[in-house]
Amino acid sequence: MRAFANLVDRLTYTRSRNAKLDLIADYLRTTPDPDRGWALAALTGALDFPAVKSSTIRTLLTERVDPVLYALSRDYVGDTAETASLLWPAPEGASPVDEPMLEPSLAEVVDLLRAMTRSSVMKELPGLLDRLDANGRYALLKFATGAMRIGVSARLARVAFAQAFDVPVDEVEEYWHGVEPPYPTLFAWAADCAEPPRTDLVPLFRPFMLAHPLEETVVSMDDYAAEWKWDGIRVQLVHVNGETRVYSRSGDDISATFPELAEALDFPVVLDGELLVRGAHQGGEEGGAASFNALQQRLGRKTVSKKMLREAPAFIRLYDVLIRDGEDLRGLGWAERREHLELLMDRLNPERFDLSRLIEAKSFEDLAAIREGARDDAIEGVMLKRRDSPYIAGRKVGLWYKWKRDPLLIDCVLMYAQRGSGKRSSFYSDFTFGCWDGDPDEGADLLPVGKAYFGFTDDELKWLDRHVRQNTVNRFGPVRETDKSLVLEVAFDSVHESKRHKSGLAMRFPRINRIRQDKPAHEADRIEALKALVRD
Amino acid sequence: MPIKTAPDFSWIKPDPHGIFVGPCNAWIDPSKPVETALVTHGHADHARGGHGAVFATRETLAIMNLRYGGAGREVTVSMREPVELGCGVTATYFPAGHVLGSAQILLEHAGERVIVTGDYKRRPDPTCEPFEVVPCDIFITEATFGLPVFKHPPIVGEMQKLLDARAQRPEGCVAVGAYALGKAQRVICELRRAGYHEPIYLHGALEKMCALYEELGVPLGELRSATGIKKEELKGQIVLCPPSALNDRWSRRLPDPVTAMASGWMRVRQRARQRNVELPLVISDHCDWDELTQTIRDVDPAETWVTHGREEALLRWCQLNQRRARALAMVGYEDEDD
Ligand SMILES: [Zn+2]
Ligand SMILES: [Zn+2]
Repeated sequence: MRAFANLVDRLTYTRSRNAKLDLIADYLRTTPDPDRGWALAALTGALDFPAVKSSTIRTLLTERVDPVLYALSRDYVGDTAETASLLWPAPEGASPVDEPMLEPSLAEVVDLLRAMTRSSVMKELPGLLDRLDANGRYALLKFATGAMRIGVSARLARVAFAQAFDVPVDEVEEYWHGVEPPYPTLFAWAADCAEPPRTDLVPLFRPFMLAHPLEETVVSMDDYAAEWKWDGIRVQLVHVNGETRVYSRSGDDISATFPELAEALDFPVVLDGELLVRGAHQGGEEGGAASFNALQQRLGRKTVSKKMLREAPAFIRLYDVLIRDGEDLRGLGWAERREHLELLMDRLNPERFDLSRLIEAKSFEDLAAIREGARDDAIEGVMLKRRDSPYIAGRKVGLWYKWKRDPLLIDCVLMYAQRGSGKRSSFYSDFTFGCWDGDPDEGADLLPVGKAYFGFTDDELKWLDRHVRQNTVNRFGPVRETDKSLVLEVAFDSVHESKRHKSGLAMRFPRINRIRQDKPAHEADRIEALKALVRD
Repeated sequence: MPIKTAPDFSWIKPDPHGIFVGPCNAWIDPSKPVETALVTHGHADHARGGHGAVFATRETLAIMNLRYGGAGREVTVSMREPVELGCGVTATYFPAGHVLGSAQILLEHAGERVIVTGDYKRRPDPTCEPFEVVPCDIFITEATFGLPVFKHPPIVGEMQKLLDARAQRPEGCVAVGAYALGKAQRVICELRRAGYHEPIYLHGALEKMCALYEELGVPLGELRSATGIKKEELKGQIVLCPPSALNDRWSRRLPDPVTAMASGWMRVRQRARQRNVELPLVISDHCDWDELTQTIRDVDPAETWVTHGREEALLRWCQLNQRRARALAMVGYEDEDD
């Protein structure tokens, strides 16, 4: 437990992404199984101990410390777990610092926590806390209540894992969803060259292939195919062994939110497409789609009412097929995969699936004209896919491009939030967001690029306010620094060079266009993407 | 008319600007210029310039001279030797264990005894004389770290953290933010005690005070100025600077520094993060919670007055322990950098 507590402590004070990666990688390399697996689970938020709550800790403490002194301390420290870790009275007799034998391993801590129930926790947790020093208590209480908030995302932890054992992060991502804490097969594969964890029997998430912004590039339509970029959320449907899962962009399993899709497949396949909701808002061709707003009503729900299923049924506009009847097609060129996909349509329920139409353009200029003429709100822009491109995880230059249409849009990461004024004074409603100053997986950092305090609905404001409060890592007076996990699509009129900003850029009229819960932070745009939009 | 026989302590008056001793028209640690000032120690929130006469220890006067270039009419006070202030008031200085020359002041008048601690601590400190428990009727204490979350760990462990961080970074350096008077010299002495005998590099703002400490008999080992030194030479070294320099342009001259800070506030994560500290060292020249409460028990006064800090919690503790106490709400005393 001491090594883990030290790791948590160091991470708390480490700001640079690279230094965080080094710390985690070093820990994973030097810590034995199964402790390192449990640590990885804790860092990626994969552990849940429903018996231990913030209120449990409060109650335990007020039984041992004068309530007034507790309240004054909690006010000053600003965090229940930290207050408790500092205030916890030393047990009678030897202190754990002097007797390392008493100190439990992380695995033992996890076992004890998992065995606790609502009725036993008040009796058992104190004994565990007595065996730890203040740092150990802090780490334990933080991960027991599922609130690490030390600026480490699940993705960062997986990148660190890949770095620790020098294995490709895409493979880690692929195996990740098929393994359970403390991940013995994953460590055996990465650290000891054992066979990789089996992936053929579980409906695994495969990392998405992504597009670069087109910017000034001009391509030949002989080499590239074009299709519309639809305004829904990108999903992956996986069916294997009689089970179907729907995965979001970040690899989250959202099957429960869209049961009608999970029911719609009955043969082994992995499909890539845009999730949309039926509706008349957007004309579309066969089968119109509702606005993104209608889709948003359905996102993030754990259960779905019959009424919702009837009024806003979901369907998928298919872009690609990765695996079919157990055969991995990802090595084939896009054109070949497209043929396989077209052949598949006969086997799919047309109520739930249609095919993303290709845009027939003779030349790039022709395509530009078609794109300009598109007035449909459902269309975010145009995708260009190299006809011979295999399906490769991540964003490889030259294979796929996205050509977004006006207004200027960019995906940023929420960094800071400040309370508003007037009737908004109780809300965090002024948002500062940033873009990456390079490749986030190579250790790039976020640079603030702008501030916005409008563009969202009242409901979205409530949601954002709650997000800020629940994901605060730091406070500076009225300003909160968030854990930088949320992507915001920011719309703006223009962007200019500016010496006054650290990013060297200033946006005109930025507004929050949309909350992108579906998009992982490391996939937000980079500074170069914003710089490319400068038209001075 | 009832005749007043019980002690009333009306001769001593807490004022927002200091403790006023009526009969002899003297002030203790006044925050405004006065005719006669009794100064506990050299920190800026206690020792200010512009007074008519200053009563202080030899070391405190030397520190005030260095900082203000002349402290008015100087009266050197020796520890444990009573000084007559006139009109039946006597002042006796006792060591406070806070910084070099720091004293608590015992005031006696008409058989009543009042102690003003200034700032103090109970932990051993190689740079100054340890705090002495002196019995009194009224104990006037600070409460800078007056919350039960403040427990300063043994300094040996904090020194080890500092030495480990240095060893992990042969290509970088460790920049330690430390208050220029007291904290910096204590950190240097403790490093020497931990067996570290390499030269220690100093920010310009620390050089004079370190030299004065040496002059006053506190050996600090080999010190070098970090000013005008090549980056290359600072690799693998420990550099001390005032806390404000850590996030300042000054730190650009350092090779890949780890930012450390020696302060009691470092006990609370949020405070450390607010100051961009990467290596928090919990080292304080004030009492932590246990020292404060233990001192009140040891001195066992009839009444405790709290000058500044988190007085609410200390008052609550006094209440829980059936001790009379009151807060004085004094202004201008707060050691943000301790
Ligand atoms: Zn002081
Ligand atoms: Zn002070």
